[in-house]
Order: sequence, then C-alpha cells, then structure tokens
Amino acid sequence: MSWLPEVASNLASKVDGVLWFITIISLIFFIIISTFLIYFAIKYRRRGDDEETPYITGNLTLELIWTVIPSILLMVIFVYGFVVFKDMRTPPKEATEINVVAKQWLWQFEYYNGKKTLNELYVQQNRPVKMVMRSDDVLHSFFVPAFRVKQDLMGGRYTQLWFTPTKVGTFQLFCAEYCGTGHSKMLGKVIVLSPEAYDRWEKGEEEEEGVASLSPAERGEQIYANSGCNACHSLDGSKLVGPTFKGLIGGESELEDGEIITADENYVRESILEPQGKTVKGYPPVMPSFKGILSDNDISALIAYMKTLN
Amino acid sequence: MANHTVAETLPVPFLEKTGILSWILSTDHKRIGIMYLVSISTFFLIAGAFALTFRFELLTPEKNIMDPHTYNVLFTLHGAIMVFLFIVPGLAASFGNFLIPLMIGARDVAFPRLNLGSYWIYLLGAIIILIALLKPADTGWTFYTPYSIQTETDVIMITLGIFVLGFSSILTGLNFIVTIHKLRAPGMTWHRLPLFIWASYATAILQVLATPVVAITLLLLIAERTLGIGFFDPAKGGDPILFQGFFWFYSHPAVYIMIIPAMGVISEIIPVFARKPIFGYKAIAYSSLAIALISFFVWAHHMFTSGISEVAATIFSFLTFLVAIPTAIKVFNWTATLYKGSIWLHSAMLYALSFIWLFTIGGLTGVFLGALAADVHLHDTYFIVAHMHYVMVGGTVMGFFGALHFWYPKWFGKMFNENIAKIAWFLVFVGFNLTFLPQFILGTQGMPRRYATYPPEFQTLNELSTIGSWILGIGIFIVVVNLIKGLFNGEKAPQNPYNSLSLEWSVPSPPPHENFEEIPHVTDWTYGYGKKQNTEK
Ligand code: HEC
Ligand SMILES: [Cu+2]
Ligand SMILES: [Cu+2]
Repeated sequence: MSWLPEVASNLASKVDGVLWFITIISLIFFIIISTFLIYFAIKYRRRGDDEETPYITGNLTLELIWTVIPSILLMVIFVYGFVVFKDMRTPPKEATEINVVAKQWLWQFEYYNGKKTLNELYVQQNRPVKMVMRSDDVLHSFFVPAFRVKQDLMGGRYTQLWFTPTKVGTFQLFCAEYCGTGHSKMLGKVIVLSPEAYDRWEKGEEEEEGVASLSPAERGEQIYANSGCNACHSLDGSKLVGPTFKGLIGGESELEDGEIITADENYVRESILEPQGKTVKGYPPVMPSFKGILSDNDISALIAYMKTLN
Repeated sequence: MANHTVAETLPVPFLEKTGILSWILSTDHKRIGIMYLVSISTFFLIAGAFALTFRFELLTPEKNIMDPHTYNVLFTLHGAIMVFLFIVPGLAASFGNFLIPLMIGARDVAFPRLNLGSYWIYLLGAIIILIALLKPADTGWTFYTPYSIQTETDVIMITLGIFVLGFSSILTGLNFIVTIHKLRAPGMTWHRLPLFIWASYATAILQVLATPVVAITLLLLIAERTLGIGFFDPAKGGDPILFQGFFWFYSHPAVYIMIIPAMGVISEIIPVFARKPIFGYKAIAYSSLAIALISFFVWAHHMFTSGISEVAATIFSFLTFLVAIPTAIKVFNWTATLYKGSIWLHSAMLYALSFIWLFTIGGLTGVFLGALAADVHLHDTYFIVAHMHYVMVGGTVMGFFGALHFWYPKWFGKMFNENIAKIAWFLVFVGFNLTFLPQFILGTQGMPRRYATYPPEFQTLNELSTIGSWILGIGIFIVVVNLIKGLFNGEKAPQNPYNSLSLEWSVPSPPPHENFEEIPHVTDWTYGYGKKQNTEK
C-alpha cells in the first residue's frame, strides 16, 4: 500500500515531485521540532522544587535564522508548486476535446464524433485530452487520483482540465465537490485504451465483444452500477433519493396524482426515458432522462435485472 | 473586634451567590465567562457525538447504520455547530472573558452590560440553530451555492442563527479591544502584557472586521432562497464562485479567530511550567498581529480548483506562504522556551506540549495545501479533513483543554484529580492521532471528503480512524467527568498553585467579585522567571 495512487498520466509524476519535495522538507522540520520537544521535556524535567533556571528572553541570531531559512524554503516550494500548476493549466494545442456534463449524480461524456457515454470516459493512451466541462445543476468536481487532476464544474461557465493518460487500464473518477445525497455515488471510470483498442472502440466493435458473453440480467446489473442508477436507487429495499428496485416490477407504485399503478415493463421503460412524465409520490422529481444515453437493449437488460430482484 | 473588621473587608468570592438570576443577570466577566464555558462545552460535546455517529457509519464501505442523507446532515451539523457555536466563540469568549480583566489588572471589561448582552445574543443564535435541527440542512458547514439554494432542507434557519451569532462575536470583540486599550493597570505597558492578551487583541480585531462579511453573505443567501434574487445561482444569472469568495473572506480569518487565542494560552502555560521567560516575546506578540493582518488576504487558497483565474491562484498561493512564516516562528519560540527550564509535566503542560507537536503537523500539512500543484490533488480529499482537524483539534482544542486544566483552580477555587487528568490526556492524545493520521493517507490516496460510502480499498484506514475516534471519545469523556467531579469534591485550591507571576494568580481562588481590592501597580513583565545573570543588564 503506497501513500500515493499509481502514476497514470503525464502530470502525475510532476505533481508527485512537488508532493515528495514538500514531504521531505516537512519531515526534516518535523523531526527537528519533535526531537527538541522530547529531548527538552526529558532532559530538563523538574527534579526538585527549587531548581534554578536561567533568565533567557531571546536570541537575535537564532530568531533571524529560524525566520530566514523557513522563508526561503517556503518561497522555493511556492515557485515549484506554481511551475507545475502552470503546466497543469496549459493544455497542448493538439489535445482532443471531450465535453463533460455533470449532473446530480452522474457524468456524461460527449466525444468529437458525436458518441456519448455515461460515467465511463474512454481515452487513448498517450494522446492528450482536454475536458471542457459544465454542470447542469450544482457544483461538482472532476477528480481522477491516478492522474492527479481535479477541477470543479459549475453551471453558466465552462471549466477546463487536461491530461495525457500514460497507462492502459481503468481508473477511478470521483466527484470531489459535495453535491447532495448521491455525492459519494457520483463515481465514474476512466478507461484508457491502447491506440488499436481505441480505434475499435470508436467504431463500436469493442462493446459487442465484451458484452456477448453476458446474460441480459448480468448486463443489466452492470448498467445499474455504471450508469448511476445506484446513486438514487437501492437494491435492498431502503429508500435513497428514489424508490428501491427491490420488488419494483410487478409491485405497486403510487403516483404523484394519487393513481396507483402496477409497474410493468412499459412503465419502467417510460420512467427511464421520460422520468418527469409519471413521478412517484413522496419523491422529488430529480431523476434525469436517459433518452439517447441508454439504448433499447440496455433498457431491456435493466428490466431483466430488475426482475431478478423480486 | 479586630476579627470583625477583617471579616467585613474580606472580599466575597464571585461564585458565592447562587440562584439562576444571579447568573443570567450578572455582569461579572467571570460569571459571563462561565456561562460561555458551559454553553460552548455543551455544544462541543453534542457536535462531537455527531462525529462519533457518522464515523461509525464509515466503518464499512457501504451502508452501515444510516442512509446517505442522514450522513450528510450529520457532518453538516457537526461542522456548523463545532465552528459557529464552539470554536469561534470558544476560548475568546470563555477564557477571554475570565482572563482579560484579571490579567491586565482591571475590575471588569469596559462595558459589562454590553458583555452580558453579547452572551444573550449568543444564546439567541444558539436557540435558532437548535430550532433549525427540526429540518436540518445537508449543505456542509460551508453552505456552498447553488446547492444551498436548491436543497429542500432548511438552510434559512441555520444561517439566520449564524447571522445572529455574528453580532455577539462583533460586540465581544469591540468590548475586548476597548478593555485592553483603556483598562490596563498603571504600569501595565503594552510590552509587559501577557501574550494571551496580545492574542485576544488580535482575535478581537479579526472578529470586528471579518464577521460583518459573513453576516452579509448569509443575508444574500437567505434573500436568494426566499426572494429568488440571483446572486449566486447561475440558473438565475448569479455567480456560484462569488459565494465561495465571500464565505472564505470571513472564514479564513475565522480560522485565526479560532487558533490565535489557543496560541495565547500556550504562551502562558509554557513559561510557568518551564520556569523560564517566554523566548522571543515581541516576535510572538507581533506575529499574532501579523497573522491577523495577512489572514485577510489568503482566502482564495480554499478555491484553487474552483475555477478562479490562474493569476489569482498564484497570488493567493504566495500570500498563503507568507502567513506560514509568523506561525512557524511561534513554534520555534515555544520550543526554545523549554531550553534549560525546570519542566513540570502537569496535565496543562502536557496539553501545551501536545499543542506544539500537533499544531506543527497541522501547519506543515498546510504547506502542501498552499502549494498550487499539490493542492489540486489534495483539495476536497481527506487530507483536508485531517489537516484542518490537526489545526482545530490538535491546536485549538488542546489549547482549550490546556486552559481548562491550567486556570481551573483559579476559576473555581477547587483542584481536580491530576492523575486521572493525565490518563485522560493520554487517551485524548493517542485517540486523536489514531483518528486523524490515517486520514492524511486516505487523502493522498484520493478519498474525497463528505462521502457517505467509499470504495473498499479505503476500508482499513477508515477502520483505524473510527477506532481512534472511540479512544478519543473515551478520553474526552474522562476529562469532562474528572473536571466536573473536582467541582464537587475537589480539594480547595490555593491562591497560586504553580507559582505563576501573572496578575490573575495574585488574587484569591476563586477571585472576589471585583477582582482586585486595590488596582495593582505593575513594575515588570509577566515572564520574569529564572535567575537574572549579571551580564543581563
Ligand atoms: C438523480 C437520481 C436518480 C438517478 C441517477 C436515477 N433515478 Fe430513477 N428515480 C429517481 C427518483 C427521485 C424517482 C422517483 C420519482 C420519479 O418517478 O421521477 C425515480 C423513479 C424511477 C423509476 C420508477 C420507480 C417506481 O417505484 O415507480 C424507475 C423504474 C427508475 N427510476 C429507474 C431508473 C434507472 C434504470 C436509472 C439508471 C439508468 C435511474 N432510475 C437513475 C431518481 C433517480
Ligand atoms: Cu457531484
Ligand atoms: Cu459530488
């Protein structure tokens, strides 16, 4: 277990340089102060009531030394932190742009070719990307520890962030700015593909491949976890932001207007595509629409999965 | 006959009168100090209980005992109550009230009735906040917009309470500034003042200058929620970062409102138990003022990743490093005071030494957050949580406990059980470190703060932290029981149990109603411990 996450972007090693540098300087100071504290406390421990102590009120040389040396070190740290920060804020011109929209509590990514993904960001190894980000509602923050990048998103203004992923693999994306009940479930994945795999993904081949081996219900389970349903819907009968999925299909739902309906496949489908159409009583109308994000196949898979929860 | 005259002139201890009215209508600074002390301690325990509860939730990655909304409410209340009802009024209002007149040789503060009024305003604010618990907010203690505008929980009530508390803070600050300027005993020149007074003075200036800003900010927030005026919500044409700017313009100086009085306490405790003059008196005194001043210009270091411009970020990073320097100087001075001393490891001294050690960790980890590139990675993670608790608990609360154990005999005229106090200190110290050290690593590894649930790889460190919180909780419980027990069956305290030279120890324990029978003439500074060598003048 290391104190820093793995290094998976060009920026990560630079930031680690700053982190290590400060750590070493801090440790030196910490050790000096601890040593003196403990040494003095033991060495000069009171042994009798009438011990004589010297009258020392200060020492100009000492005080100058311990003002000047830390000041210089602090300035060095400041400059080092600034230089790397400058890099982090200056995307290269050739960076590919990806649009990011955050909303309570999911991430939407839109690529240059019009492709869209939810909570999964696909990027190519060693190709710089620039995120152009905004929020649909409250503040969120795009944070990928393995890349050492973080930037808040807000409504009414675009914010940016860039990085070059250097390692193939899957990396955790967090929402780091508190955004309400589903904050800790506003998770995503950054999937870094090799250039060949990325090509295939762009053409839409990758998807079918991995998926073919799964049953619909298994695929539905994945979608539940990856598309953000889990931020608002539980599986164990407890109430989160929205009603639980347990016993949903075939069970009864009371709508806002008092009507009681039995939830069937069509109702679920409608709830996913047009959530504001029929809303369930006692819940805020906050569910986002998944129209254009989840395909018909995805929805069928979700329904198959929900049926297993009864 | 002779006996009779003595009895008549014998001063009445301030605690003598009983009955509720003798308290709630008292303008005696020592009684008002006790009312603050009891109030803030109560809120400290309540907010601490909230923390224990949600720390228990974090024992497991997924849901343990509460749903995410409840979790969010609890950390909001923990933060808001700790900050606004405990730590901001904190040492300044309780020990400040008790000590300032005694230390400068005055009979009371400059405006005793205003002082009582401040306490009542504090209580009013507290009651409003308690009412707000009926539908508690879930915004975090920072009330960031636009979430605080959109959430369906009751944000207005709690911010209104904080708004009211602000007046108490401002009035107390004013009162202390005038008191320190006008009521010093003859001979008590500025450079003879105890450092706690310097610290209180710097704090009071901050209270007076910074608090109005948060008051206005919260009013704007309330106006936006009730009237729909778009100050901060982009959906209404407002600017969401503006709120953060306003909020931290107060809340950063407020951090120093919270810590500077504790630094003052440490500067009092160490010389007494080391029997040495404080090392570098002027450096410590003026660094309080320097910190107070610079702290007005560093607020945006809470916002490096919020979307502020690079230039702004750079300037604020630079200024943040500036504020680190006077802070470091104090730590060196305290440590140097121990050199060649005769150190009595009384429980108050143990808290003071813990303060130096923990505050050093808090300060050094602050350097990480001031450095731009490092802050990007660490911001809004558990690293922040750990850092801030090392400063606020490792710093202020240790200072508070130190002050409690140090001035307890003077204030209440009783002694507590010193052995139990040492055991409690040990538990507090170990528990605190076990709770918050792992959180630094959680932060560098990337665990975001304010997470009701978390990925399983973070579980071990979270478990350690939760176990630590139990030890810390037990420690604090023992502190409280020990001190309360002392009130009832503690021995009677002598006038000056530690042979301190400060004025408050020159009056009986507990002090009489108007402190000094005769206003003392001060001829030397407070720290004249040790044997003067011939070479020294
Ligand atoms: C931001 C939170 C949120 C997210 C994310 C979310 N939902 Fe919902 N959902 C709600 C809320 C709140 C309701 C109840 C009010 C309503 O009907 O709109 C609801 C209702 C539903 C219902 C109707 C339930 C009933 O008891 O009648 C279904 C079905 C549903 N959601 C499916 C999904 C699926 C599938 C996903 C993931 C692809 C999802 N939701 C994502 C908040 C959310
Ligand atoms: Cu978010
Ligand atoms: Cu969030």
